[in-house]
Amino acid sequence: MSLGDHFKTIAVNTDLLILGGGMSACGAAYEAAYWARKHNKKVTVVDKASIDRSGAVAMGLSAINMYIGLKDNDNTIEDYVKYVKNDLMGITRDDLVANIARHVDSSVHLFEKWGLPIWKDENGKYVNEGRWQVMIHGESYKTIVAEAAKNALSSLGENGKYYERIFITEPIIEEGRCVGASGFSVREKKIYIFKAKAVLDAMGGAVHVFKPRSVGEGLGRSWYPPFNSGASAYFTIRAGAEMTCQEVRFVPVRFKDAYGPVGAWFLLFQSKATNAAGEDYMQTRADELKKWAPYGLSKPVPANLRNYLMMLEVMESKHPIYMQTAEAIKNIAGQIKDEKEARRKLKHLENEAWEDFLDMTISQALLWASTNIKPEENPSEIAACEPYFISSHSGASGAWVSGPEDMAPEGYKWGYPNMTTVKALFACGDASGASSHKFSSGSFTEGRIAAKAALAFCMDNNDIPEITSEKIDKLKQEILAPLETFEANKAYSNDKDINPNFVKPKMFMFRLQKIMDEYAGGVSTHFMTTKPLMEKGLEFIQYMKEDSKKLAAEDLHELMRCWENIHRLWQAESHIRTMLFREETRWPGYYFRSDFPKMDEENWHCFANSRWNPETNEWKMMKREIKELVKLDA
Amino acid sequence: MPSFVITDKCDGCKALDKTACQYICPNDLMVLNIETGKAFNRAPEMCWECYNCVKICPTQAIEVRGYADFMPLGGYVQPMRSSNAIMWSVKFRDGQLKRFKFPTRTTPEGSAEPDAGFETGTDNIKSPLLRTEPQSLGLEELKKIEE
Ligand SMILES: Cc1cc2nc3c(=O)[nH]c(=O)nc-3n(C[C@H](O)[C@H](O)[C@H](O)COP(=O)(O)OP(=O)(O)OC[C@H]3O[C@@H](n4cnc5c(N)ncnc54)[C@H](O)[C@@H]3O)c2cc1C
Ligand code: SF4
Ligand code: SF4
Repeated sequence: MSLGDHFKTIAVNTDLLILGGGMSACGAAYEAAYWARKHNKKVTVVDKASIDRSGAVAMGLSAINMYIGLKDNDNTIEDYVKYVKNDLMGITRDDLVANIARHVDSSVHLFEKWGLPIWKDENGKYVNEGRWQVMIHGESYKTIVAEAAKNALSSLGENGKYYERIFITEPIIEEGRCVGASGFSVREKKIYIFKAKAVLDAMGGAVHVFKPRSVGEGLGRSWYPPFNSGASAYFTIRAGAEMTCQEVRFVPVRFKDAYGPVGAWFLLFQSKATNAAGEDYMQTRADELKKWAPYGLSKPVPANLRNYLMMLEVMESKHPIYMQTAEAIKNIAGQIKDEKEARRKLKHLENEAWEDFLDMTISQALLWASTNIKPEENPSEIAACEPYFISSHSGASGAWVSGPEDMAPEGYKWGYPNMTTVKALFACGDASGASSHKFSSGSFTEGRIAAKAALAFCMDNNDIPEITSEKIDKLKQEILAPLETFEANKAYSNDKDINPNFVKPKMFMFRLQKIMDEYAGGVSTHFMTTKPLMEKGLEFIQYMKEDSKKLAAEDLHELMRCWENIHRLWQAESHIRTMLFREETRWPGYYFRSDFPKMDEENWHCFANSRWNPETNEWKMMKREIKELVKLDA
Repeated sequence: MPSFVITDKCDGCKALDKTACQYICPNDLMVLNIETGKAFNRAPEMCWECYNCVKICPTQAIEVRGYADFMPLGGYVQPMRSSNAIMWSVKFRDGQLKRFKFPTRTTPEGSAEPDAGFETGTDNIKSPLLRTEPQSLGLEELKKIEE
């Protein structure tokens, strides 16, 4: 009897299959439930974790980063598109950003009604952190949103289901259409075959592709949560979908080591960052910004350029870089003449500062406590984190999706909003590319847009090809291969982790991280790379692809780790290939090609897209034109 | 190790079919040792210190000892979560103690009503209007930009 015989195969049939249980998946489930009820359709949600606390918002958040304020005429959707496009150095899909922007306020108003405490001023208006961010008491943000999504699903009765602790492995394609997904339970010996009329990919971004700065216990303290491992990108790439902006990683600057948020400090408290000598590098290096005009000269300065100026300081050993928290607090409290009032204000600011961490990066509070840092007394170090893939934030990598019917220019739409170039496969949140800065609220909103479109697609495309039993057997074999490999070879060596016939997922991950760090512009090379370096890196990636067939797992948990790293590997390969294709440096604070050190508007003011062909196993790289709805101010 | 279980306090969630910490951990780290009846974090170096296991444990058996590769000993951050607020105790290495309390939600748990009183302006599944819109936007109609 083979190991596979101990595993049951569970087949689930549905109309709309939503993969992931994070912010965008919750938005999708919420919206889908309404339209599915009207049209008697089934909706199924699958998450590798528990929806109450899964994905990037698992810990909570201290701000909603995307709110336009349309009803009060605070801003327009055009304003938001300009902001995003400038931050991404001109590379953005205006139609996608505008579509999210015109809907996002409605999601935020719903969150508030469901019970999320949003800060208000004396006139009942939301308290802004910056122009687009509103402050929240967000410890339970994800729990509240998950509750509304689950309540919506349960209004469908038997037609609304969610599955937790199921890890999605592969897309299932028949006759060029996505007809479902395979996965396995991380708790029981069960393989799942989900068959669907439309599939929505919402499995978040990727971390641990690059070597993190801390590699002991602190390995898990990446800014981005270690439980999102590139499943979204893997899924669309393997389905044969066209991808966009796979070169656009995100390198956040955060408080050093624990990676606590800096947004409130920069925006709400108007704090400055300085080098070790106390110099404000945004001022002393202002000339550098001219090299990156027009984007570098507009306000706010794009995130990657702010990073870059700081990196220049570090390369000249002018660090530690400090967030001048004490000075900022003094400046605010100092404006108040009455002494008692000033003291009260100080206390208030202290509370706000600690809540910022305790709501969303508790480790940072722990680090301040263990190093006796009191923000009103001492400054605190900041630094660049390692690179991540998160297109919903300041990165942009993801699937190339169809735009909104009533706003997308020619060439940007081929039917249903948010459908990828593969029939029946949709993407949202971190899974869709070229529409950055959606954050939690925009991801939820994009999930809504995509789910409604996907249900409309289901109604128009009701007949789907069968999945053959040979295909199911093959999927099952591939999913379980690491368990088989371990069983078949474990007796050979005295050490369950060291064996010439297999590789365990943890060391496999370390190998990938080392390649990416050293050849693809990670932390240890100051995010710099070149053509020869990347070509060498790709050579090593090919060995890893071969060795991925020899991953070994002792149990279901390790089986999940194996699959996470297969997903990461493909995310890594597409990243290198796209950086290699784009022969310029456009986002110097995210990565720097020292063989092409300048921005090249003439040749590269365009999208760098790619497609892996499942039939031929070949990658094709292509340029796509930027079509603007809004012009940046000159 | 990031999250750890205080042996004496963990009762294995009274041998229910799944323990609270195992149910919640987004990275599938918390497991029950069947022999001892106590939970443990199976891969502390993959822990995000998200505190979800800490917040959910019914016996307050889980705490966090900051990542040893960069945190000096002596810091301590521990929450107590009720149905609508969270109280934090923060102890510094130098012994100072601070307490913070923040609200977490304004409605009773479980009560989130999907439509929240808003009406949906269309029956058309092909219309760009979403559920509860345009009312939930606070606008008469949906905006757009044209080329
Ligand atoms: C540290 C940090 C701070 C942030 N701060 C803010 C902020 O202050 N304000 C703000 O508005 N936004 C913030 N964001 C952004 C926000 O969290 C994201 O934009 C949003 O969560 C993206 O939604 P998503 O659905 O694409 O991904 P996620 O919410 O991350 O959800 C991904 C889902 O996919 C599941 N999954 C992953 N792999 C698989 C698989 N193989 N099989 C099945 N399921 C899988 C996960 O369990 C999870 O449920 C922050 C993000 C981070 C990382
Ligand atoms: S939740 Fe607490 S009591 Fe229950 S098993 Fe986990 S540590 Fe033990
Ligand atoms: S702190 Fe978070 S990641 Fe770590 S074990 Fe607990 S629930 Fe899991």
